[in-house]
Amino acid sequence: MYKIAVLGDRESICGFACLGLETISVCGEDDAKEQFRRLVKEDYAVIYITEYCAEMLKGEISETENQITPSVILIPGVKGNTGKGMENIGKAVEKAVGSLILD
Amino acid sequence: MAVMNVNPTRMELTNLKRKLVTARRGHKLLKDKRDELMRQFLELVKENKRLRERVEGAVSEANKHFSMAAASMSEESLAVSLMMPSQRMSIEVTEKNIMSVKTPVFVPEYKLADKGEVYSYGLAFTSGDLDEGVRTLSDIMPDMLRLAEVEKTCQLLSSEIEKTRRRVNALEYVMIPDYEDTIKYITMKLDENERSNTTRLMKIKDMMLQQSHNF
Repeated sequence: MYKIAVLGDRESICGFACLGLETISVCGEDDAKEQFRRLVKEDYAVIYITEYCAEMLKGEISETENQITPSVILIPGVKGNTGKGMENIGKAVEKAVGSLILD
Repeated sequence: MAVMNVNPTRMELTNLKRKLVTARRGHKLLKDKRDELMRQFLELVKENKRLRERVEGAVSEANKHFSMAAASMSEESLAVSLMMPSQRMSIEVTEKNIMSVKTPVFVPEYKLADKGEVYSYGLAFTSGDLDEGVRTLSDIMPDMLRLAEVEKTCQLLSSEIEKTRRRVNALEYVMIPDYEDTIKYITMKLDENERSNTTRLMKIKDMMLQQSHNF
């Protein structure tokens, strides 16, 4: 039985609490890193993370890339959509195919 | 022409020939694996992109609603409304095997049977925007889970494809040509030895005839 976590600033993630996901609001880079490391260690299968917050956790997120769980998914926060999530898809394609073939 | 550092002997030649056969077979298998991985990957990436567009749209919209709700309600009442969620969601993770790459499959489990049971507050003191926001999120949740699954699979597949591609290229452009060149070199060397042996024998025969019979 795995859990789902939502990580980010409080305004962006408060809605997810209603759905029964675990929301963890972070303030500052150190706090974010600490919380993220804890989530990876515990049995969380999916971690939704706001793009703004993910910016601070680049290294930690790339470490989880080759593990089956957790699956770290970027979502837009209240500050708007930065297109980071789409960029990551492009990166995966580039890694696999050798060039960016998506339009 | 890159000849490996081996002794030109018959034994080495048979060994190399056997290795070449293995390398060719491995190359063919890996190439098939790469092609199949690529096919699956491209399908998944398309789905990934579609899902992500939809999820990002919905989450942004939900965020707008929440901002509106936060503006029209006091901070405390908003916090209180969202404090005690009635629904509880967890997931069961099973593994799926795509060309020997283990990928996760997420199956959601809800504490309450009714998935729509997400409003954890009374409707009297909350703004309609809050309801809208929560509903948007709960509608998009299945897609978000699917996105988590697909995006993870894409990441895992892409690194496996990269690895496989490197192996295929190493076999195709380095190992197999090297083996071929070395085999050719040894064959030439052995033939050359054979020929020099024959000429030597002929020469010795001539010399012996000369000595004994004065031909």
